[in-house]
Amino acid sequence: MKARLTLLLLVALAVLAPAATAARQVTLAEIEEEVMCTVCGTLLQLSESPQAQREKVFISRLIAEGKSEEQIKDALVAEYGNEVLALPQGSGFSLSAYVVPIVAFLLAAIALAFGVARWRGAGSRGRDETSDRPRGPSGEEADRLDADLARYDL
Amino acid sequence: MSVRSSIAVLSVGAVIGLLVFGLVSKGSAGVTVGDPAPDAPLPRLEGDGTESLADYRGRWVLVNFWASWCIPCREEAPALERFQQQHGGPQFTVVGIDTRDLSDDGREFVRQYGLSYPQLRDGDGDAGDDFGTTGVPENYLVDPAGKVRLLVRGPVSEEYLSEEVAPLLPKGES
Repeated sequence: MKARLTLLLLVALAVLAPAATAARQVTLAEIEEEVMCTVCGTLLQLSESPQAQREKVFISRLIAEGKSEEQIKDALVAEYGNEVLALPQGSGFSLSAYVVPIVAFLLAAIALAFGVARWRGAGSRGRDETSDRPRGPSGEEADRLDADLARYDL
Repeated sequence: MSVRSSIAVLSVGAVIGLLVFGLVSKGSAGVTVGDPAPDAPLPRLEGDGTESLADYRGRWVLVNFWASWCIPCREEAPALERFQQQHGGPQFTVVGIDTRDLSDDGREFVRQYGLSYPQLRDGDGDAGDDFGTTGVPENYLVDPAGKVRLLVRGPVSEEYLSEEVAPLLPKGES
């Protein structure tokens, strides 16, 4: 009986949990972090200007109507234009705000890789050149060295 | 030109291009007296469709930038409406531009103050940027040729309207 009850509870949780997550309503604080006060040019959460106050009232009304985050942002864009969004949209020219840093990073990484490769190539060439040199003294030098050592041999 | 030089030139060109784009997209410094008034089409605040200041060529137009959240705009609105009642007609009109405002708030403002002159909507503030507005309210008197003849940053009073604007309008306007 106990096992059956536990199983029933688990099934209920599995069914209800995703529904509860989907129905979770966005809060004013969450939206305020992602939209701008268009008059002040700051995040809405940082502004108390009269325009910002009206914007907050507008968002609160949409939240009370059960609108999703996306619907609220769409409504704000319809009223104030794209400038109301704190993060650029992922389309059109605004896409460059995301693409340019990635491309710049990749280019910098490629340039760095090339630079390192060239540096290492130059280093190994330098080592090769030094390895061509005779490691020990030449025959004449060796004879003189032996003679000197013999002279000082104690 | 070597590949390395081409890449360097392209990189410098791209940086300069981005800087120029940034400067251009910041918009102009705005209009001053004697400049042509910007006339990009704007949606009507009430009803469908768009209107442009170019549609008013041949008439004197007092362009009034306002917003419902702007307290000086509330003080100014009755004076503008009275001036429109006295002088509005085939040769002159006030045109309101509700800027950076919620459309419902703007429509409520128009109803509250009984404003009878045409109202356009500038939700994203682009029209205000074209004019170079620094806030609201701001007023621009545009002549029949579309050039700015007077510019007032801040609210206009009945005295200003009667002493500075009315004398410029054609006699016999009613």
